[in-house]
Amino acid sequence: MPSVRQIRRRIRSVQNTAKITKAMSMIAASKMRRAQEAAVSGRPYSDLMRNLLADLAAQPHSDERLHGLLTQREVNSVEIIHVTPDRGLTGGLNSNLNRAAGQFMLEQKGNADVTVVAVGKKGGRFMSRSGADVKAIFTDLGDRPTLADVTPIARIVIEDYVQEKVDAVYVSYADFVSTTVQRPVVQPLLPVTPADLPPQYSFGYIYEPDPFTVLSALLPRFVEMQLYHFILESVASEQSARMVAMRNATDNANEMADDLTLLMNKVRQETITRDLLDIVGGAAAVGA
Amino acid sequence: MPTMQLDIVTAERLVSSEEVDGLVAPGVDGELGILPRHAPLLTALAPGEIRVRKNGEESFIAIGGGFMEVIGSKVTVLADTAERADEIDASRAEAALAKAQEQIDSRSSDMDLERAMASIRRSQARLKVARRRRPRRDGPPPTG
Repeated sequence: MPSVRQIRRRIRSVQNTAKITKAMSMIAASKMRRAQEAAVSGRPYSDLMRNLLADLAAQPHSDERLHGLLTQREVNSVEIIHVTPDRGLTGGLNSNLNRAAGQFMLEQKGNADVTVVAVGKKGGRFMSRSGADVKAIFTDLGDRPTLADVTPIARIVIEDYVQEKVDAVYVSYADFVSTTVQRPVVQPLLPVTPADLPPQYSFGYIYEPDPFTVLSALLPRFVEMQLYHFILESVASEQSARMVAMRNATDNANEMADDLTLLMNKVRQETITRDLLDIVGGAAAVGA
Repeated sequence: MPTMQLDIVTAERLVSSEEVDGLVAPGVDGELGILPRHAPLLTALAPGEIRVRKNGEESFIAIGGGFMEVIGSKVTVLADTAERADEIDASRAEAALAKAQEQIDSRSSDMDLERAMASIRRSQARLKVARRRRPRRDGPPPTG
């Protein structure tokens, strides 16, 4: 049985932990609001751009070599961009992300070679540890990544695809559903999946000024904007997961402190009872 | 009269999503008028104004370049920047215009000419739209 003093020390330590986790959850909450807003308000652009590209991919192209990013090839090698947080204390988010990406890579094995571009320390470390073919690791994008942070990542992807080093590019990231739900997903980025268009719309576009100019301006931008959006979703997920995890930790710590307080009172009472019994017993012995 | 679904988005937000009767957009090679049943079209857009016609009334949106897709009864504008007339801060646009002009005039060695020019075009587009802020209800909106 621990002594009252030991329990009191323990309570203090648990309460200190609760204070820290509470502060962390409050910080995450304020970052979360901003990150969620950025992710949600960027969705229309990302969705419409994906639709546009799908329409575009469904058009017949007189010249197959029109643009390197539109070609479809037999898939012999796959690149996966694994987007994870840099830091932990996000509950199950990091391990769920790593598991989803690992699962996907296992499925690809045998059909295609898999190379990894990791964004974020947690995923980078996981991939290096598990012996994957890691091509690059990008870290420290921070809580408010900018489009400029994404450009080098997009450049790698575009180069690899255009030079036919890889035949398909997937992005593994945490889709932000709500504050309590973040879904790890693996989504195809390249090649663009053609839309299922009614025939009257698929006889070719009018391009202004000309197909080559439009496509070479649009396609790299598409890759960049999609990646940027996926990273915004990931940041929103990270902050939400951390906020919830730290709130739970605070609740648990407070509950533990309550339990310990109860235990401490019980022990104190028992000690007093025992001491009293000793005195009473001693007095009785002397009086006898 | 058939209508078209017009969606104007920037990376930051959905600027406008509405059923319209027609629009005129600033293509890189000149203005493009789009009416319902237009042939599928994909174009790059220059900084300028999009004039939207709806129920006989015109409204204006300043954009800073981007892309436009027309397919079926769907028109999608992916703009780099976009503001409706009532959102434009005219004094800020004027300040930006003056600053860019000054940069070009001073011709300092580290000046980024292309960026300054782009800034000028964006500011001019904003100002043009801002001046149309209160279109006359009884007559056609002022032109020019």
